[in-house]
Amino acid sequence: MAIEVPAPSADKDNSIAPDKTGRVIVITSGKGGVGKTTTTANIGMALAVLGEKVALLDADIGLRNLDLALGLENRIVYDIVDVVEGRAKLRSALIKDKRNANLAFLPAAQTRDKSAVSPDQMKSLVADILAEGYTFVLIDCPAGIEQGFKNATAGASEAIVVTNPEMSSVRDADRIVGLLEAQDLHNAKLIVNRLRPKMVRSDEALGVADVQEVLGQGVELIGVVPEDERIITSTNRGEPASLDETSLAGKAYRNIARRLRGEDVPFLTGTDLEEKEPGFLDKLFQLFGVKNN
Amino acid sequence: MTIFDRWFGKKEDSAKNVARDRLRMVLQQDRSSIPAPIMEKIRADILAVLCKHLDIDEREFDIAVEREGEAVALTANIPIRRIRPEAA
Repeated sequence: MAIEVPAPSADKDNSIAPDKTGRVIVITSGKGGVGKTTTTANIGMALAVLGEKVALLDADIGLRNLDLALGLENRIVYDIVDVVEGRAKLRSALIKDKRNANLAFLPAAQTRDKSAVSPDQMKSLVADILAEGYTFVLIDCPAGIEQGFKNATAGASEAIVVTNPEMSSVRDADRIVGLLEAQDLHNAKLIVNRLRPKMVRSDEALGVADVQEVLGQGVELIGVVPEDERIITSTNRGEPASLDETSLAGKAYRNIARRLRGEDVPFLTGTDLEEKEPGFLDKLFQLFGVKNN
Repeated sequence: MTIFDRWFGKKEDSAKNVARDRLRMVLQQDRSSIPAPIMEKIRADILAVLCKHLDIDEREFDIAVEREGEAVALTANIPIRRIRPEAA
Protein backbone atom coordinates (compact mmCIF):
# COMPACT_ATOMS: atom_id res chain seq x y z
CA MET A 1 0.00 0.00 0.00
CA ALA A 2 1.43 3.34 -1.04
CA ILE A 3 1.38 6.12 1.47
CA GLU A 4 1.70 9.72 0.36
CA VAL A 5 4.42 11.32 2.40
CA PRO A 6 4.43 15.13 2.43
CA ALA A 7 7.65 16.60 1.07
CA PRO A 8 10.00 17.17 4.00
CA SER A 9 11.51 20.23 2.34
CA ALA A 10 8.27 22.22 2.43
CA ASP A 11 10.02 25.04 4.29
CA LYS A 12 12.32 25.60 1.33
CA ASP A 13 9.43 26.07 -1.06
CA ASN A 14 8.00 29.26 0.38
CA SER A 15 10.57 31.49 -1.19
CA ILE A 16 9.24 34.78 0.10
CA ALA A 17 8.01 35.10 3.64
CA PRO A 18 4.77 37.03 4.12
CA ASP A 19 5.23 40.73 4.74
CA LYS A 20 3.83 40.65 8.24
CA THR A 21 6.68 38.58 9.59
CA GLY A 22 9.29 41.16 8.68
CA ARG A 23 10.91 43.03 5.85
CA VAL A 24 13.93 41.82 3.95
CA ILE A 25 15.84 44.62 2.26
CA VAL A 26 18.95 44.20 0.15
CA ILE A 27 21.32 47.17 0.05
CA THR A 28 23.10 47.30 -3.26
CA SER A 29 24.84 49.65 -5.70
CA GLY A 30 26.63 47.94 -8.55
CA LYS A 31 29.73 50.07 -8.12
CA GLY A 32 32.01 49.42 -5.18
CA GLY A 33 33.03 51.98 -2.61
CA VAL A 34 29.85 54.08 -2.64
CA GLY A 35 28.98 53.25 0.97
CA LYS A 36 26.81 50.12 0.96
CA THR A 37 28.38 48.68 4.09
CA THR A 38 28.37 51.98 5.98
CA THR A 39 24.75 52.46 4.96
CA THR A 40 23.76 48.96 6.09
CA ALA A 41 25.45 49.41 9.47
CA ASN A 42 23.95 52.84 10.06
CA ILE A 43 20.39 52.15 8.97
CA GLY A 44 20.48 48.87 10.91
CA MET A 45 21.58 50.58 14.09
CA ALA A 46 19.08 53.41 13.62
CA LEU A 47 16.22 50.93 13.13
CA ALA A 48 17.30 49.05 16.26
CA VAL A 49 17.30 52.29 18.24
CA LEU A 50 13.73 52.89 17.01
CA GLY A 51 12.75 49.57 18.56
CA GLU A 52 12.84 47.29 15.52
CA LYS A 53 14.37 43.85 15.85
CA VAL A 54 17.08 44.00 13.21
CA ALA A 55 19.33 41.33 11.69
CA LEU A 56 22.19 42.49 9.48
CA LEU A 57 23.52 39.98 7.00
CA ASP A 58 26.88 40.40 5.31
CA ALA A 59 26.49 38.75 1.90
CA ASP A 60 29.86 40.00 0.64
CA ILE A 61 31.42 36.58 1.03
CA GLY A 62 35.21 36.62 0.82
CA LEU A 63 35.37 40.36 1.45
CA ARG A 64 33.92 40.68 4.94
CA ASN A 65 33.61 44.29 6.07
CA LEU A 66 30.31 44.89 7.82
CA ASP A 67 31.88 43.54 11.04
CA LEU A 68 34.32 46.46 11.02
CA ALA A 69 31.65 49.08 10.37
CA LEU A 70 29.76 47.69 13.36
CA GLY A 71 32.81 47.22 15.56
CA LEU A 72 31.94 43.54 16.04
CA GLU A 73 34.97 41.97 14.37
CA ASN A 74 36.29 40.49 17.61
CA ARG A 75 33.10 38.65 18.42
CA ILE A 76 32.85 36.48 15.32
CA VAL A 77 32.73 32.74 15.96
CA TYR A 78 30.59 31.44 13.11
CA ASP A 79 29.70 32.92 9.74
CA ILE A 80 26.96 32.72 7.13
CA VAL A 81 28.50 29.71 5.39
CA ASP A 82 28.78 27.80 8.69
CA VAL A 83 25.04 28.30 9.13
CA VAL A 84 24.10 27.42 5.57
CA GLU A 85 26.25 24.29 5.61
CA GLY A 86 24.87 23.21 8.98
CA ARG A 87 28.03 23.53 11.10
CA ALA A 88 26.47 26.18 13.30
CA LYS A 89 22.99 26.95 14.54
CA LEU A 90 21.58 30.27 13.35
CA ARG A 91 21.08 31.46 16.92
CA SER A 92 24.66 30.84 17.94
CA ALA A 93 26.02 32.44 14.77
CA LEU A 94 23.99 35.66 15.09
CA ILE A 95 26.06 38.14 17.10
CA LYS A 96 23.97 40.30 19.44
CA ASP A 97 25.16 43.88 19.65
CA LYS A 98 25.90 44.83 23.25
CA ARG A 99 25.09 48.51 22.62
CA ASN A 100 21.59 47.67 21.46
CA ALA A 101 19.97 44.30 22.15
CA ASN A 102 17.66 44.76 19.13
CA LEU A 103 20.57 44.47 16.71
CA ALA A 104 22.07 41.18 15.55
CA PHE A 105 24.68 40.50 12.90
CA LEU A 106 25.56 37.49 10.75
CA PRO A 107 29.06 37.89 9.29
CA ALA A 108 30.23 36.84 5.84
CA ALA A 109 32.73 34.02 5.51
CA GLN A 110 36.15 35.47 4.82
CA THR A 111 37.84 32.43 3.30
CA ARG A 112 35.13 31.38 0.88
CA ASP A 113 33.83 32.87 -2.37
CA LYS A 114 30.60 34.24 -3.73
CA SER A 115 29.32 30.81 -4.77
CA ALA A 116 29.37 29.48 -1.20
CA VAL A 117 25.72 30.44 -0.63
CA SER A 118 23.22 29.64 -3.38
CA PRO A 119 20.04 31.66 -4.01
CA ASP A 120 17.93 28.84 -2.53
CA GLN A 121 20.12 28.67 0.57
CA MET A 122 19.84 32.43 0.95
CA LYS A 123 16.05 32.24 0.73
CA SER A 124 15.77 29.61 3.42
CA LEU A 125 18.34 31.40 5.61
CA VAL A 126 16.28 34.58 5.44
CA ALA A 127 13.10 32.64 6.22
CA ASP A 128 14.83 31.13 9.27
CA ILE A 129 15.94 34.59 10.46
CA LEU A 130 12.39 35.93 10.09
CA ALA A 131 11.11 32.93 12.03
CA GLU A 132 13.27 34.13 14.93
CA GLY A 133 11.08 37.22 15.13
CA TYR A 134 13.22 39.82 13.40
CA THR A 135 11.21 42.69 11.90
CA PHE A 136 13.97 43.87 9.56
CA VAL A 137 16.65 41.87 7.75
CA LEU A 138 19.16 44.08 5.93
CA ILE A 139 21.43 42.33 3.43
CA ASP A 140 24.73 44.00 2.54
CA CYS A 141 25.22 43.07 -1.13
CA PRO A 142 28.64 42.67 -2.75
CA ALA A 143 29.63 45.09 -5.52
CA GLY A 144 29.24 43.86 -9.07
CA ILE A 145 26.46 42.24 -11.08
CA GLU A 146 27.62 38.63 -11.07
CA GLN A 147 26.56 35.61 -9.02
CA GLY A 148 27.27 37.33 -5.69
CA PHE A 149 24.67 39.95 -6.55
CA LYS A 150 22.15 37.29 -7.55
CA ASN A 151 22.74 35.31 -4.36
CA ALA A 152 22.49 38.36 -2.12
CA THR A 153 19.28 39.59 -3.71
CA ALA A 154 17.59 36.18 -3.82
CA GLY A 155 16.08 36.36 -0.35
CA ALA A 156 15.05 40.02 -0.46
CA SER A 157 11.60 41.46 -1.04
CA GLU A 158 12.75 45.09 -1.19
CA ALA A 159 15.87 46.86 -2.43
CA ILE A 160 17.78 50.01 -1.62
CA VAL A 161 20.21 51.32 -4.24
CA VAL A 162 23.05 53.46 -2.91
CA THR A 163 24.73 55.88 -5.28
CA ASN A 164 27.15 58.78 -5.08
CA PRO A 165 26.36 61.92 -7.04
CA GLU A 166 28.97 61.23 -9.71
CA MET A 167 28.66 59.76 -13.17
CA SER A 168 30.01 56.22 -12.91
CA SER A 169 28.12 55.32 -9.76
CA VAL A 170 24.85 56.76 -11.11
CA ARG A 171 25.35 54.81 -14.32
CA ASP A 172 25.93 51.59 -12.36
CA ALA A 173 22.91 52.36 -10.18
CA ASP A 174 20.77 52.59 -13.32
CA ARG A 175 22.03 49.19 -14.44
CA ILE A 176 21.39 47.70 -11.01
CA VAL A 177 17.80 48.98 -11.01
CA GLY A 178 17.25 47.07 -14.26
CA LEU A 179 18.82 43.92 -12.85
CA LEU A 180 16.75 44.19 -9.68
CA GLU A 181 13.61 44.34 -11.83
CA ALA A 182 14.76 41.16 -13.54
CA GLN A 183 14.96 39.58 -10.06
CA ASP A 184 11.38 40.74 -9.41
CA LEU A 185 12.54 43.46 -7.03
CA HIS A 186 10.49 46.43 -8.18
CA ASN A 187 10.23 49.92 -6.68
CA ALA A 188 13.85 50.15 -5.55
CA LYS A 189 14.54 53.02 -3.17
CA LEU A 190 17.42 55.40 -3.80
CA ILE A 191 19.98 56.80 -1.36
CA VAL A 192 22.23 59.57 -2.64
CA ASN A 193 25.29 59.17 -0.44
CA ARG A 194 28.28 61.47 0.05
CA LEU A 195 26.60 64.55 -1.35
CA ARG A 196 28.82 67.62 -1.48
CA PRO A 197 26.45 70.56 -1.07
CA LYS A 198 29.08 73.24 -1.66
CA MET A 199 30.11 71.74 -4.99
CA VAL A 200 26.47 71.39 -6.02
CA ARG A 201 25.88 75.01 -5.15
CA SER A 202 28.79 76.19 -7.24
CA ASP A 203 27.61 74.04 -10.18
CA GLU A 204 30.66 71.81 -9.98
CA ALA A 205 28.96 68.55 -9.01
CA LEU A 206 25.70 66.72 -9.56
CA GLY A 207 22.92 67.42 -7.07
CA VAL A 208 20.14 65.18 -5.86
CA ALA A 209 17.70 66.59 -8.42
CA ASP A 210 20.15 65.83 -11.25
CA VAL A 211 20.58 62.24 -10.08
CA GLN A 212 16.82 61.79 -9.75
CA GLU A 213 16.23 63.29 -13.16
CA VAL A 214 18.62 61.00 -15.03
CA LEU A 215 17.52 57.87 -13.16
CA GLY A 216 13.87 58.64 -13.88
CA GLN A 217 10.64 57.80 -12.13
CA GLY A 218 11.45 54.15 -11.47
CA VAL A 219 13.37 54.86 -8.28
CA GLU A 220 12.01 56.72 -5.30
CA LEU A 221 14.37 58.79 -3.17
CA ILE A 222 14.53 57.61 0.43
CA GLY A 223 17.59 59.46 1.67
CA VAL A 224 20.25 62.09 1.08
CA VAL A 225 23.43 61.61 3.07
CA PRO A 226 26.01 64.40 3.01
CA GLU A 227 29.74 63.78 2.85
CA ASP A 228 30.77 63.76 6.50
CA GLU A 229 34.27 63.27 7.86
CA ARG A 230 32.77 61.80 10.97
CA ILE A 231 31.91 58.68 8.98
CA ILE A 232 35.65 58.01 8.82
CA THR A 233 36.16 58.42 12.55
CA SER A 234 33.03 56.46 13.42
CA THR A 235 34.14 53.61 11.17
CA ASN A 236 37.59 53.77 12.74
CA ARG A 237 36.00 53.39 16.14
CA GLY A 238 33.47 50.79 15.02
CA GLU A 239 30.59 52.95 16.18
CA PRO A 240 27.95 53.63 13.51
CA ALA A 241 27.49 57.38 13.01
CA SER A 242 23.75 57.02 13.43
CA LEU A 243 24.49 56.71 17.17
CA ASP A 244 26.19 60.13 17.08
CA GLU A 245 23.60 62.85 17.66
CA THR A 246 25.95 65.52 16.31
CA SER A 247 26.86 63.82 13.03
CA LEU A 248 25.03 65.10 9.95
CA ALA A 249 25.40 61.80 8.11
CA GLY A 250 24.16 60.10 11.27
CA LYS A 251 21.09 62.27 11.23
CA ALA A 252 20.50 61.48 7.56
CA TYR A 253 20.70 57.75 8.31
CA ARG A 254 18.32 58.08 11.25
CA ASN A 255 15.89 59.85 8.92
CA ILE A 256 16.14 57.01 6.40
CA ALA A 257 15.32 54.50 9.13
CA ARG A 258 12.25 56.51 10.07
CA ARG A 259 11.13 56.74 6.43
CA LEU A 260 11.56 53.00 6.05
CA ARG A 261 9.06 52.58 8.87
CA GLY A 262 6.60 54.77 6.99
CA GLU A 263 7.20 58.06 8.75
CA ASP A 264 7.03 61.20 6.63
CA VAL A 265 10.35 62.90 7.34
CA PRO A 266 11.44 65.93 5.31
CA PHE A 267 14.69 65.54 3.38
CA LEU A 268 17.77 67.41 4.48
CA THR A 269 18.26 70.15 1.93
CA GLY A 270 20.55 73.10 1.29
CA THR A 271 22.50 74.12 4.32
CA ASP A 272 20.95 71.41 6.54
CA LEU A 273 23.49 69.26 4.74
CA GLU A 274 26.49 71.35 5.73
CA GLU A 275 28.47 71.54 8.91
CA LYS A 276 28.22 75.28 9.40
CA GLU A 277 27.44 77.80 6.75
CA PRO A 278 26.62 81.53 6.64
CA GLY A 279 22.89 81.81 7.25
CA PHE A 280 21.89 84.13 4.44
CA LEU A 281 22.28 81.41 1.84
CA ASP A 282 19.43 79.47 3.43
CA LYS A 283 16.90 81.39 1.38
CA LEU A 284 18.68 80.50 -1.82
CA PHE A 285 19.05 76.78 -1.46
CA GLN A 286 16.06 75.97 -3.65
CA LEU A 287 17.98 77.45 -6.55
CA PHE A 288 20.79 74.95 -6.23
CA GLY A 289 19.11 71.82 -7.29
CA VAL A 290 18.12 69.89 -4.20
CA LYS A 291 14.58 68.76 -4.87
CA ASN A 292 12.39 67.91 -1.92
CA ASN A 293 10.38 64.72 -2.52
CA MET B 1 31.01 82.07 -11.04
CA THR B 2 29.52 84.97 -9.16
CA ILE B 3 26.26 85.07 -7.31
CA PHE B 4 24.76 87.07 -10.21
CA ASP B 5 25.42 84.25 -12.66
CA ARG B 6 23.37 82.02 -10.46
CA TRP B 7 20.55 84.48 -10.18
CA PHE B 8 20.41 85.35 -13.86
CA GLY B 9 20.60 81.89 -15.40
CA LYS B 10 23.08 79.10 -14.99
CA LYS B 11 26.11 78.68 -17.16
CA GLU B 12 25.43 75.84 -19.56
CA ASP B 13 29.01 74.56 -19.54
CA SER B 14 29.36 74.19 -15.78
CA ALA B 15 30.96 70.89 -14.72
CA LYS B 16 27.64 69.87 -13.23
CA ASN B 17 25.70 70.43 -16.45
CA VAL B 18 28.34 68.69 -18.53
CA ALA B 19 28.19 65.71 -16.18
CA ARG B 20 24.40 65.61 -16.29
CA ASP B 21 24.26 65.76 -20.08
CA ARG B 22 26.96 63.12 -20.56
CA LEU B 23 25.23 60.89 -18.05
CA ARG B 24 21.88 61.32 -19.81
CA MET B 25 23.41 60.28 -23.12
CA VAL B 26 25.26 57.28 -21.76
CA LEU B 27 22.24 56.01 -19.82
CA GLN B 28 20.08 56.30 -22.91
CA GLN B 29 22.59 54.15 -24.78
CA ASP B 30 22.93 51.66 -21.92
CA ARG B 31 19.20 51.25 -21.63
CA SER B 32 18.54 50.73 -25.31
CA SER B 33 21.45 48.47 -26.16
CA ILE B 34 20.50 44.90 -26.98
CA PRO B 35 22.99 42.16 -26.04
CA ALA B 36 24.57 40.46 -29.08
CA PRO B 37 23.14 36.96 -28.37
CA ILE B 38 19.62 38.40 -28.18
CA MET B 39 20.20 40.39 -31.35
CA GLU B 40 21.21 37.12 -33.06
CA LYS B 41 18.00 35.46 -31.85
CA ILE B 42 15.84 38.34 -33.06
CA ARG B 43 17.56 38.17 -36.41
CA ALA B 44 16.98 34.42 -36.71
CA ASP B 45 13.34 34.71 -35.60
CA ILE B 46 12.54 37.49 -38.06
CA LEU B 47 14.26 35.59 -40.82
CA ALA B 48 12.29 32.41 -40.04
CA VAL B 49 8.97 34.24 -40.22
CA LEU B 50 9.83 36.09 -43.41
CA CYS B 51 11.17 33.00 -45.14
CA LYS B 52 7.75 31.40 -44.87
CA HIS B 53 6.44 33.92 -47.35
CA LEU B 54 9.44 35.44 -49.05
CA ASP B 55 12.68 34.38 -50.63
CA ILE B 56 15.20 36.53 -48.77
CA ASP B 57 18.85 37.16 -49.51
CA GLU B 58 20.15 36.01 -46.11
CA ARG B 59 23.64 37.39 -46.53
CA GLU B 60 22.33 40.89 -47.09
CA PHE B 61 19.64 40.67 -44.42
CA ASP B 62 20.56 42.99 -41.58
CA ILE B 63 18.97 44.40 -38.43
CA ALA B 64 20.35 47.19 -36.27
CA VAL B 65 19.45 49.54 -33.44
CA GLU B 66 19.45 53.14 -34.59
CA ARG B 67 19.31 56.22 -32.42
CA GLU B 68 18.30 59.70 -33.36
CA GLY B 69 18.16 62.11 -30.46
CA GLU B 70 15.79 60.64 -27.89
CA ALA B 71 14.30 58.08 -30.28
CA VAL B 72 15.56 54.51 -30.55
CA ALA B 73 14.42 52.19 -33.32
CA LEU B 74 15.13 48.71 -34.59
CA THR B 75 15.70 48.92 -38.31
CA ALA B 76 15.92 46.09 -40.79
CA ASN B 77 17.26 45.83 -44.30
CA ILE B 78 15.54 42.92 -46.02
CA PRO B 79 16.47 42.30 -49.66
CA ILE B 80 13.69 40.25 -51.29
CA ARG B 81 14.60 37.94 -54.14
CA ARG B 82 11.03 36.93 -54.87
CA ILE B 83 7.71 36.31 -53.21
CA ARG B 84 6.95 32.67 -52.57
CA PRO B 85 3.75 31.46 -54.17
CA GLU B 86 1.18 30.73 -51.42
CA ALA B 87 1.26 27.07 -50.48
CA ALA B 88 -2.18 25.64 -50.99
